[in-house]
Amino acid sequence: MSALPLIAHDRPAAVIAHRCGRQISAAQFLDDVRALAARMPSGAHVLNFCNDRYRFAVGLGASLVSGKCSILPSTHTPEVIRQLHAFAPDVFCLTDDAQCPIELPQLLYVEPAMPAMHDERQAGQFSVPQIDSGQLAAYVFTSGSSGAPVPHAKTWGRLVQCVRSEVTRLPVADLTGGAILGTVPAQHMYGFESTVLLPMQSSSAMCAERPFFPADIAAALNLLPRPRILVSTPVHLRALVAADMALPALELIISATAMLPANLAREVEERYGAPLLEIYGSTETGQMASRRTALEVHWQLWPGVRLTCSDGHCSAHGGHVARPTALADVLEPTSAEHFLLHGRTADLVNIAGKRSSLAYLNHQLNAIPGVIDAAFFVRDDSEASLAGVTRLAALVVAPRLDASAIIRALRLRIDPVFLPRPLLMVERLPRNATGKLPQHTLRALTAQAAIQQPHLFA
Amino acid sequence: MSEQALPTQTTPQVDALALEREIAQLIVKGLNLPIQAEEIDPEAPLYGEGLGLDSIDILEIALIVSKQYGIQLRADNQENARIFRSLRQFARYVSEQRVK
Repeated sequence: MSALPLIAHDRPAAVIAHRCGRQISAAQFLDDVRALAARMPSGAHVLNFCNDRYRFAVGLGASLVSGKCSILPSTHTPEVIRQLHAFAPDVFCLTDDAQCPIELPQLLYVEPAMPAMHDERQAGQFSVPQIDSGQLAAYVFTSGSSGAPVPHAKTWGRLVQCVRSEVTRLPVADLTGGAILGTVPAQHMYGFESTVLLPMQSSSAMCAERPFFPADIAAALNLLPRPRILVSTPVHLRALVAADMALPALELIISATAMLPANLAREVEERYGAPLLEIYGSTETGQMASRRTALEVHWQLWPGVRLTCSDGHCSAHGGHVARPTALADVLEPTSAEHFLLHGRTADLVNIAGKRSSLAYLNHQLNAIPGVIDAAFFVRDDSEASLAGVTRLAALVVAPRLDASAIIRALRLRIDPVFLPRPLLMVERLPRNATGKLPQHTLRALTAQAAIQQPHLFA
Repeated sequence: MSEQALPTQTTPQVDALALEREIAQLIVKGLNLPIQAEEIDPEAPLYGEGLGLDSIDILEIALIVSKQYGIQLRADNQENARIFRSLRQFARYVSEQRVK
């Protein structure tokens, strides 16, 4: 079986990360990987919860060299942690937060007391670990309709192939020596690929911080060498524009997690003078297509990836996608390597880039003791906010509970971004003869409630 | 009308309360919160428990105060723990930092 290097950096002094304006070398990274691997307990599964992107990458490297698999759920509520523990009973949590709330055995990340000194003279000792391409590197999870997270296995070879394909699609001639700043977490599939694996496999550098406010993004970019790449989402790009934020010169902006409106893409390109590449992918397939949204509507598949569609359902196969994998979106192939994207299938929801399904959310809501019947639905009456986010709503039948008690219980089960706004208490749900709840009926009931309880609807 | 004949009296306390109410209304409207502005406890935490806001809400609030008062929030601001402790503390920060 072939092996692929942990990092593409070919000399000890090559920069692999930036933190607060300071550089971290590839040699330091490999030292940190070895030191952490030596401290890891025997369990074969690692929930990598490090917030700092560099520490996350060290955790990934240490897991890979010691044959452990990274566990990357999309959210970390107590209910999800309980389910992950059932899935992998030997899982432990690697964290850089001394007050980490995750209820699993914890390994606290510690910085080396004295960073080793490295320079070019030590090049002879610089040895990059080679990882079997067939080694199981990570399990990423989607929210299953039965209420339990569904694991998707990722081998090291497929992950590396995916980001090497990505490099061929980026409109930047050479990333070497450049830096990649991400506003998305390393644990999210897109962030994992484009802000951790991409710099590791392209001899560029990641940025340890995850800037949040528009002014943070500008300040963090200022400290980075060029070429500079910003890896972000429609929410953060809209926020940059809404805040009228000036940015230093940059070579490329990448967006994913949710559909990017073409007019926002054009505004971002014009304002920041850089191409904006939108990436399409899913947790199941990883990143697999891209387009220059300001200029084109067709998506170009990544090298070797092909679509098969019938009855409105598409699956992807080839390239880094190991086996035919069903896609949750409605795609229309227009050539062997191009397609149009027509949105998501009805059950899926995407709030500020976080994905779930109505079936999963309904399962969690109905599992709360005292809830007799309940349903989430997508509102179509609320205006999008400044950051362009529209929330979900829910109707609940629970005579012995009040709305705030249900919200408290839900908070332990689902990501807060999906908490309903509003949550309406009703006597019964408007189920049709087959027991189904048409979304338009739910919206009609909400509209009625909006007239009766206007204060619930800002 | 007789009320208009009275001299307008504003004190720092009155100004602070007015700003607090104004921000509460901007937040409830901007975030689509299912409550009325007057229902926000001015001493309760904005984040997590209390008003129950999440990180997307905090980003929305950053955009609101950027547009309305010309303030750019920063994640590395040492004062953030105080600023987001309550609506009252947040309003105080806005009154100190506003440029419009």
